[in-house]
Amino acid sequence: MSHAVNPNTIRSSIWEEEPQADNPFAAAACYCRGYDVYGDLLGKASYIEYMYLLFKGERPTPGAIAALEILAVALANPGPRDPSVHAAMAAGVGGSTAASVLMAAVAVGAGSYGGAREVFLALGAWENNGTELANWCSSLASPVPPTRLQVWPELEHPAGFDPYGKHCAAPVLRTLSLLADILPAGCLAWLQQERAALETAAGFPLAMTGVAAAALADLDFSPNEGEMLTLLLRLPGAAAHALEQGKQGFRLFPFFELDLENDPGPSCQKESK
Amino acid sequence: MRNTLLDYEGPLRTRMGACFPGQRAVFRGHDLHADLKDMDWIELYTFGITGRRFSPQQISVLHALWTYTSYPDPRLWNNRVAALAGSARSTGALGIAAAIAVSEASIYGWQPEIAAADFLVRAYNRTQAGEALQVVLTQELQQHRRILGYGRPVATLQVDERIPAILAHMGREQIEQGPYLQLAFDIERGLLQMGRQLPINYAAVVVAIPLDMGLSPRECYLFLQPSFMAGMPPCYMEASERPEGATFPLRCTQLCYEGPGRRRWQQE
Repeated sequence: MSHAVNPNTIRSSIWEEEPQADNPFAAAACYCRGYDVYGDLLGKASYIEYMYLLFKGERPTPGAIAALEILAVALANPGPRDPSVHAAMAAGVGGSTAASVLMAAVAVGAGSYGGAREVFLALGAWENNGTELANWCSSLASPVPPTRLQVWPELEHPAGFDPYGKHCAAPVLRTLSLLADILPAGCLAWLQQERAALETAAGFPLAMTGVAAAALADLDFSPNEGEMLTLLLRLPGAAAHALEQGKQGFRLFPFFELDLENDPGPSCQKESK
Repeated sequence: MRNTLLDYEGPLRTRMGACFPGQRAVFRGHDLHADLKDMDWIELYTFGITGRRFSPQQISVLHALWTYTSYPDPRLWNNRVAALAGSARSTGALGIAAAIAVSEASIYGWQPEIAAADFLVRAYNRTQAGEALQVVLTQELQQHRRILGYGRPVATLQVDERIPAILAHMGREQIEQGPYLQLAFDIERGLLQMGRQLPINYAAVVVAIPLDMGLSPRECYLFLQPSFMAGMPPCYMEASERPEGATFPLRCTQLCYEGPGRRRWQQE
């Protein structure tokens, strides 16, 4: 029997479904990269293993699993001072929908100051510079600006470094150390070895985004894949903090003061009455 | 070295505005309910971006720039998000906000538009300085391979239907074509002379007109944020009126799998 090619098909190397015999819109079995998700993989694969399988198409090595577990914990909650978590809390405290809380966290956490775009750019730097200190020093000393205007604002500091840091923060060092122990032969280990030289070249201490990018480079994540994974991994803290502030209520959440420098004052309105 | 953040603690200094609940609101140094009470919304929006006021004729053209690209076609990728939100019984705000964010695409929407605005400004400055447009185009093609704002992913060789409409509107409002818009059409002719049949598309025109009104490329980008929005609520609404899940339903067999063959997790 010949089948006409349906133009409205979704081509995928990730997912396959077998329909139920009596319902073409319900799956009897789902296969991810060839594995039977609900008939085999469920209950055997950890969340990290499954996520890696989705992104990379193969099962992760034990080292990759351990590194991703550490990275996931390290990135899960940047804390309430972080702009993305602040944004999520601002949504949560006003009683906004759960999805808008996460959309706020994703939108704000997407940027090049401490966000997923910074990881994207730092991964690009790893692609360009590898583990050659001279290349890093050259690119940090003379960054190549974009050749045309983009929707992204221009980067204001070297990607992967903390523009307000005095020295490398203990959480960053601890994360780097643990990850380099697990993946001792790549970017992480080289970063640990050359950190001081890189920080001198950058003029800033290493940031968590820089560690994340090195880990993702060692795990063979492209800049696009690393950006996406970073956005995902940063969400749990935003969600939890938003729920907490939602319970506490807006009166306990800072509203801040404004200094309106060009206030015309109430006189105009009085005159118009 | 002093930490810059220390200088920004305390009250947030702003010149953009504030609300005084129960009293008044200030918008860029003006009382919103007194000084600006008669302002058209798009005029207020543009004033918020630029701090500048525009003539009623200019506002009419800016309005039309949005109107003529408001397509309630749920197949379009950004609108599809709004439609799927309706189909999945999500909220209107979530569907439309996501659809607006999705409009910042690379093959349509704001990525090409901001790049087109940037190139128009660069090309204008260079041609004003005496360089030949052909030289500018050749170098741009060498550097970026494409000139955004020319050609169209869904109808490469056809006239963009929005362009005659906005030119006619400008004529009715007696707004003359400014140097950026003229340059945009010169670029189309220049590309043709180079053997590149890439008709000008709306991305070039939709930024050239505000550039001619004095907006910067970044201001054009912000001005255009709501430009597709009017087409989104209809997609959401109609999907909401269909049975749940009945917008673009997909059979299991409509997934065309091209990945590895079947394998067992525990066998590896």
